[in-house]
Amino acid sequence: MNGVHDMGGMHGFGKVEPEKDEHPFHAGWEGRVLAMQRAMTFTGEWNIDMSRAAQERLPAKVYLSVSYYHRWALGLERNALEKGLVDADELAAGRALRPGKPVKRVLTKDELPRTFTRGSFSRPTNTKARFKPGDRVRAKNINPPNHTRLPRYARGHVGIVEAIRGCHVFPDSVTTGGGENPQWLYTVVFDSHELWGATADPTLKVSIEAFEPYLEPA
Amino acid sequence: MSTHDHDDHEHGSELSETQLRVRALETILTEKGYVDPAVLDLIVEHYETKTGPHVGARVIAKAWVDPEFKRALLADATKAIGELGLLSRVGDHLIAVENTLRLHNMIVCTLCSCYPWEVLGLPPVWYKSAPYRSRAVMDPRGVLADVGVTLPAETVVRVWDSTAETRFIVLPPRPAGTAGWTEEQLAALVTRDCMIGTGLPRQPEEASS
Repeated sequence: MNGVHDMGGMHGFGKVEPEKDEHPFHAGWEGRVLAMQRAMTFTGEWNIDMSRAAQERLPAKVYLSVSYYHRWALGLERNALEKGLVDADELAAGRALRPGKPVKRVLTKDELPRTFTRGSFSRPTNTKARFKPGDRVRAKNINPPNHTRLPRYARGHVGIVEAIRGCHVFPDSVTTGGGENPQWLYTVVFDSHELWGATADPTLKVSIEAFEPYLEPA
Repeated sequence: MSTHDHDDHEHGSELSETQLRVRALETILTEKGYVDPAVLDLIVEHYETKTGPHVGARVIAKAWVDPEFKRALLADATKAIGELGLLSRVGDHLIAVENTLRLHNMIVCTLCSCYPWEVLGLPPVWYKSAPYRSRAVMDPRGVLADVGVTLPAETVVRVWDSTAETRFIVLPPRPAGTAGWTEEQLAALVTRDCMIGTGLPRQPEEASS
């Protein structure tokens, strides 16, 4: 979707201002949100793409005005509601009003260590990669109302395939009920003038990680 | 709205409102049997105390002293780091990219906040902020200027937008004047930001201990 989360190339957000000696969490509740996110993803009821999609569907004004982990919390509530794991009256009441639904698995202390390693998103495939390194490709001009990982600034532009990264879970599909539908993934590199016009910094190159359905030969 | 999101938008009563809402969510998820608060404690502890850029720093220092490891790292970072035994396992699709005088790599996630947690820990607020996400792909030199880094005019700046489940770590050039340094000494020169590409390694004279 063409949401405010898709920020590449926007103006008006100001300077990058690092904090000195930043702690991982700025308040206790931030850590709780991160931990709940990890534990709920472990249940297998939704995956990371669905977490992202839930945040992207927040009203634009909310997305831009709340802090990072606050946004995660709102996304988490939305995922849990949409999966029927909690109900709106429970969120309003601040406590469970009925028993939980069965979930595939619940994170335990024993299983915790291995969850600190990122899961793999590559999948086996019988298909052949359509593109190879060196190929000129155009990022399609798509504007789906649902979740996609093709940023707006790359759409319609021509780049060069630099690497094939394997066949991966396709976020556009997994977030819309189409299952993992694995697709080939490529690093595609664009020239600055192609993306940003004649006045762009001539020394700049930008790459995206692009799923095959985002690309067409150019 | 970059650095102090919290200060700007969540001070006073709104902070406590968020805190209450998060506490309520944890209560509900716990009562329904989906999460165990004791496990949540351990997750928080892990991210507060165990992960962090010190892991990545050891990887970079190793690459600076061991050409064989450097080749392996650039070929397949997941595999190379896994074999170091620093971590039980590194997630798949970690890609190391090398900075040189002619090429400066920089990592961003314009769509959310993708970041190589296992080697750098949790991302800092600025990395997840709108200013960085919006500007890094269009004006990386301007972003570098914000944080006090100036590159030679002819250096190619390559920005990697982390739009899938591949993750990136920058291998910065080894600082001059460090011949004979141990891996441990070198690791102290490796900053988090130089592994994102928004900083340079400390110089030998800046090494405090």
